[in-house]
Amino acid sequence: MDLSHSPEEEEFRARLRQWLGRVLPTLPPKPSPDDWPGRRAYDMGWQRMLYDAGYADVHWDASPTTRLIFLEETEKAGAPYVGAGFVGLLHAGPTIAAEGSEEQRARWLAPILRGEEVWCQGFSEPDAGSDLAALRTRARRDGDEYVVSGSKIWTSHAEVADWCELLVRTDPAAAKHRGITWLALPMDAPGITVRPLRTLAGSAEFAEVFLDEVRVPVGNRVGDENDGWRVTMVTLSFERGTAFVGEVVACRRVLRELAAEARKNGRWDEPELRRRLGRLNAEFRALWRLTQWNVSEAEASGGVPGVGGSVFKLRYSQARQELYDTAADVLGPDALDLDRPWVLDRLSSLSYTIAAGTSQIQQNIVAERILGLPKGR
Amino acid sequence: MRFQLTDDQRALRDGVRALLARRFDREALWAAVDSPGRLDRALWRELGEAGFFALRVPEGDGGVGLGLPEAVLAFEEAGRVLLPGPLVATHLAAGAVPGAADGSVVVAGVDGALVEWLDAADVVRGDAAGAVALRSVDPLTPLHRTPAVAVTDPVAVLLTAAEQLGTATRACELAVQHARTREQFGQPIGAFQAVKHLCAQLLVRAEVARAAVYAASVTGDPADIAAARLLADEAAVRGARDCLQVHGGMGFTWESEVHLHLKRAWVRAQRGGGRTESEELLAAELAA
Repeated sequence: MDLSHSPEEEEFRARLRQWLGRVLPTLPPKPSPDDWPGRRAYDMGWQRMLYDAGYADVHWDASPTTRLIFLEETEKAGAPYVGAGFVGLLHAGPTIAAEGSEEQRARWLAPILRGEEVWCQGFSEPDAGSDLAALRTRARRDGDEYVVSGSKIWTSHAEVADWCELLVRTDPAAAKHRGITWLALPMDAPGITVRPLRTLAGSAEFAEVFLDEVRVPVGNRVGDENDGWRVTMVTLSFERGTAFVGEVVACRRVLRELAAEARKNGRWDEPELRRRLGRLNAEFRALWRLTQWNVSEAEASGGVPGVGGSVFKLRYSQARQELYDTAADVLGPDALDLDRPWVLDRLSSLSYTIAAGTSQIQQNIVAERILGLPKGR
Repeated sequence: MRFQLTDDQRALRDGVRALLARRFDREALWAAVDSPGRLDRALWRELGEAGFFALRVPEGDGGVGLGLPEAVLAFEEAGRVLLPGPLVATHLAAGAVPGAADGSVVVAGVDGALVEWLDAADVVRGDAAGAVALRSVDPLTPLHRTPAVAVTDPVAVLLTAAEQLGTATRACELAVQHARTREQFGQPIGAFQAVKHLCAQLLVRAEVARAAVYAASVTGDPADIAAARLLADEAAVRGARDCLQVHGGMGFTWESEVHLHLKRAWVRAQRGGGRTESEELLAAELAA
């Protein structure tokens, strides 16, 4: 067991740190969470800077350890989060890279890396959330095109996206995991209506997307017809595997800020609260170690993270909620003031045990796929 | 960074596992339960000859010359099978107390406000004056309470965490085994989501603890060790409880080994460097 890095990796870290120190002060101020076009421009501008500096493809081509260092250093330095680039860089991009044709890779990957095109994720539907394979949005083949009708929900970035990674049902007669196809949907196609959804945090973070006889070229299909479920699993293993790495680093920073706040406002002298902060320190240290363990394992086995990501996600989503609940106890009555730091984070943390597979579904995955318990009720 | 077991570490773990399977099987476990307070001296010497106690003693001093990660793997295996005896105290005494390294001498030590195996030990380290015997909840660990509270050695805290990790892992295995085979309502109980989720959480807690314990053995950092201990205590105690729950009525019987895991996990959780101490250390680290 070795937690040290190679000279090449340390050199990468030093170079990155130096670059971050130079460029971060030149960034414009962050737009408000409600200003979607502003956020898109900001996030894409950052991606372009990464591209110009040679860091754009770190999520794809670099070794898992290098990616870990990248996420650790950017988060420590307070660099912008991947933001509107999330789906393109962490979902659709890796999927196209792994499953797409030469032509598709040429068409879609470079604009993602250069921060020119934003993707959104058209997976969930009103009646297909955790039971993703129950999706009903239909695509019927008409010559060289698919004609798509149905609706999607919880679609992050839909308002500002150029493309949507869309799961559609192409064979209604097949078993539910079998008749699904993965399409790249251009968001400016006629027949698409995007209606923003207001979250419990008050902001319109995601949207409903209605599809009425939308025509999508067959050439936009990634993978074979009716093979979309397998293609999607490639994407989801990325999501559960490494998507939260930077967030663990961020939580550890927040924890230190909370300790400082508690010392300032006197709550630090309450042993119970102080010890809860100590307990959270243990929690996020361990989650960071688990991340390093998973990344090392992925590196040893050739890249794609496995179901171990579910173990991580279960614990992390819980720990994140505990962190911000503890923040509320540090803040006292100020925890009810939306203008205070951590209050919006506390609200948004409520989604972590739901999004990307609820904790209940993740526990089924762990029990059935890792522990080998029988499928059932 | 290669945060995975090396081939040598795997071989060491498998070796310890094989030795313990041979010398401390289920029959030996129940024999030990039936003769409380009696330590198997022959087994102790065999452990000594296999290098269990001298693992971290430098080769020049007649030891095995390995480090904390290897010790952690060995103690995890000991924890898995509920190996009785003052393992941590004797391991820490190797190189300092003659005979500890080769297992010819049994060393007990004051840890927190308790001494395990005081009467069976040849040597006692720490201030055990005025020690009073308890009627120990764990049939495999005789206990004395001491008026003086010992200062805790971080290595002892970590090795305790490693033993707890062994219990957590074993509790998960036992629960899953039972959930797969025990049938109710015409199907294995592991098909029921409520049981499934207990098992999933057993694994999650054990794996989070494993990452923390292994990392702490590599860094040796006091905050990492405190974190490892907190999570390993939780994984062992909660894990053994949930394992008992999965076993239902059978888990509540003396014959099931599940209660032995829970009781030992409780005993270890009382050693120095337990919850309050570790939480305070980690809080102080945040403020530093």
